[in-house]
Amino acid sequence: MFNATSRPIVETKPTSRYPYRLNFYDKPPLEDITLDEFELFAIDRLRVLSEIESCHIRNRQPEDTKKTIGDQCKKYLPLAPGSGGIDTDEERRKDHIGHFVLRLAFCQSDDLRRRFVKAESELFRYRYGTDITSDREGFLKFQEFGWTMVQVNQFDDRDTLKKELKGLNANATSWFQVKWTQVPNLVERRRVILRDGWAFVPEKEQSSIIFQEFERRLEAALEETARAIQRFDEDTRLMPILKHLGEGFQSGMSVASEYTAAEGGDAVTADMIDDMAAKHWPMCMRTLHDNLRKDHHLKHFGRQQYGLFLKVVGLSIEEAIMFWRKAFRGRIADDKFNKEYKYNIRHSFGLEGKRTNYPAYTCQRIITQNQPGPQDCHGCPYRHYSPDRLQTALLATYGAQGLKLSDLPEIMNAVKHDHFHVACTKVYEVTHGLPSGTGLDGESVTHPNQYAAKSREMEQGKDGGAVKSEDAMDTTS
Amino acid sequence: MDVDRDVFYDASDASTMMQFYKRLFPYKSIYTWLNHQHAPQKLFTHREFAFNLPGDVIIRYISFNTMEDMKKEVIRMNPTRFEIGPICTIRPKDRKTRPGALKPLQRELVFDIDMTDYDEIRTCCSGKGICRRCWGFIAAAVKVMDNVLRSNFGYKHILWVYSGRRGIHCWISDEEAMGLTDEQRKSVLGWLEVIKGGKDMTKKVNVRFAGGPLHPSLSNAVESLRGTFPKLILDDQKCFDSKEQTDTLLDLLGDKDIALKLRKRWLKRPRSSSEKWSDIKDEVVSQAQELGKKPADAPLYKAVEDIVLQYTYPRMDSEVSKHRNHLLKSPFCVHPGTGRVCVPVDPENVENFDPERVPTVDQLLKELDAVGTKDVAMSEDGTPQHAGSDWEKTSLKPYVDILDAHVRGLMEISRLKRRQNGGDASLEY
Repeated sequence: MFNATSRPIVETKPTSRYPYRLNFYDKPPLEDITLDEFELFAIDRLRVLSEIESCHIRNRQPEDTKKTIGDQCKKYLPLAPGSGGIDTDEERRKDHIGHFVLRLAFCQSDDLRRRFVKAESELFRYRYGTDITSDREGFLKFQEFGWTMVQVNQFDDRDTLKKELKGLNANATSWFQVKWTQVPNLVERRRVILRDGWAFVPEKEQSSIIFQEFERRLEAALEETARAIQRFDEDTRLMPILKHLGEGFQSGMSVASEYTAAEGGDAVTADMIDDMAAKHWPMCMRTLHDNLRKDHHLKHFGRQQYGLFLKVVGLSIEEAIMFWRKAFRGRIADDKFNKEYKYNIRHSFGLEGKRTNYPAYTCQRIITQNQPGPQDCHGCPYRHYSPDRLQTALLATYGAQGLKLSDLPEIMNAVKHDHFHVACTKVYEVTHGLPSGTGLDGESVTHPNQYAAKSREMEQGKDGGAVKSEDAMDTTS
Repeated sequence: MDVDRDVFYDASDASTMMQFYKRLFPYKSIYTWLNHQHAPQKLFTHREFAFNLPGDVIIRYISFNTMEDMKKEVIRMNPTRFEIGPICTIRPKDRKTRPGALKPLQRELVFDIDMTDYDEIRTCCSGKGICRRCWGFIAAAVKVMDNVLRSNFGYKHILWVYSGRRGIHCWISDEEAMGLTDEQRKSVLGWLEVIKGGKDMTKKVNVRFAGGPLHPSLSNAVESLRGTFPKLILDDQKCFDSKEQTDTLLDLLGDKDIALKLRKRWLKRPRSSSEKWSDIKDEVVSQAQELGKKPADAPLYKAVEDIVLQYTYPRMDSEVSKHRNHLLKSPFCVHPGTGRVCVPVDPENVENFDPERVPTVDQLLKELDAVGTKDVAMSEDGTPQHAGSDWEKTSLKPYVDILDAHVRGLMEISRLKRRQNGGDASLEY
């Protein structure tokens, strides 16, 4: 991939090797580069991508994310719009090489590939949005997107397609016609008109087609790279660097996304759960717990969401099996339990199947994935309940812990604006007697386990937990 | 030959199933449906099958080289039913010799609609029950889905199959549909799904951007469901008769004043479901007049559209459709609980389909007994010579004919494609 021939990469404009700031990265760099550059360019790019991913995890607003990307890019990966700059070529070369090195580092697993594509595509969007219009159009001219432009006026008035186009967007006169498989995101959100497998995309959504094409091509390229790298007959110079980069991506980015139980915490047993649920669980877990007690059963995603949560709270595999066994009693026979449910519990502890020790779901995951079906009770109550039902449920659930009718307007206002984590944080403050705005040590809720852990910490703090644990150590020594 | 009237062929009995697989299962139709042509290709040889054996045991990663191979294995293992999975990178049965190489590549796009998701709105049965009346929901769902899949996505090779108890499956074999990635399958679901939110969410239809008009494809669906709604929801199911259901209905109007007004009126004088509905329609008109708008622009009109969707739009089990490697029960298997055969359903005639009149394994074997073909000719290796060809003599025939007609369409496309590619494309799909 990095052999010694140094041909110009883009032949269309021989005066510059990189005529455009935007790059679809469809041609690898074919020049000699030093080992230092190889590593340095990659690390600088990685810093930018890491920051992009952490913006996603923390649910930052688009404007904040944009600003962060801008700042990071300025620091580590400057790439100015326009072609006049002295460093233009050098900046674009660094962008080009860095991208391809990271492809090598992150092509190896599905998870890494997905995260890399997501971060890279966000970076591309940022640059697309900040590019000079004429440059952008010049760049697009050299790409093949397989679209045709159609005008609303070219259709007959009796054509139902015309009616549908106007029904979706009365102001758009020009539309792009592409195969629907090229714009799955727009289809998923019903932002297009579909007819016989063709998607009609309003002109102002043109960028969506381009971004999806960018992702599609990058995904395909990464899979190809993954296959090629197995035959990558390499000495010991590059592999250690690539391995190191991969690890950096993993650790640097996963800090905020997962929550693991503090080590050496008190063991939690099955019979403690009822008490802890009443005192420490966030609304989503309370709902699951109460439903479990009521129905002696939970449906699949409910068991998954609650089971992983309990695991991270500190329930051991033995205790977990005991907990679920007791909870299902009267509804599920022993035989059926052992056959159908035990395996799944063991699976979630990484003791069956592909033996992954699954992390508990984050708020983001609970809110956005596995939407509850009509008979389900998992999910995030702030997101998935009707407002009326939520208010009643909040009072019923947390009334005993001091939640009053007068607290509801603020909570419901947050819900109304889709700030579900703010609503949840507010409930935490009220039920723990904290002044408004304190949150969980200044943070807002991003993970049910964080909620539960902070709540337990507070309780232990009140009981003089710090002293107690010292006592405990004294007695054992 | 006399027929023993007291015999009952119980579907949960292994010997009944053995007779079914030996004499009735239409192997050739299933094989050509999966394979798209006569000579075995990867579509069949690299396809995962899974056998369900008594005692809830599932054997996965089974694959067959030929149709004969499949026939022999099914008869040898005598599963209670079997399921069909994806076409993989390698033959699934070889997965142990090449660790990590087994990946799903292609798969029919499938949908599963099940009556359990309608429990909160149907009034005739609940849980496992299904009757002619609940089938109305399924029929409405099939009409909408079949239309969207054809007109929006351009799919042509769509097979609907009764699931044997309380639902229906849909299998799409168009080349593009077979090749969709999991991501793209998720998008199709996003396009189709309307009913969302758990059991604590009263209003399950939230598909408008900033309260605006419905997406044109959903308006079309509402248009076609408007015909079904009065008959199914008001006259037959009487969905708004009970107090709880009335509360739900009034909640869904999204206008507290109007809800209060109607509630008071209905308390004074009991009204039937269809009378309540016509009261609501009157409210739409008077609201429009008050605001000086056309009825279609009144806020209450949107609520009415959403209610039509909530009660009649297809409710599907989305997890089945999102992943290529999800297994789904093969057509013409026998449902162990009901003994009914999972037969194809003609979407044009779906409203006349009666799940309670679907042939059962008991009925079919008795039909065979009656025509006196009790013995099956055995070949030398002990397998029946013409296994699975006796269906022609029974009431299973019209259903096999539906599948065969569907398969002819697939074979024709496959033939044209081979000719285009110069004849030797049979090696690769």
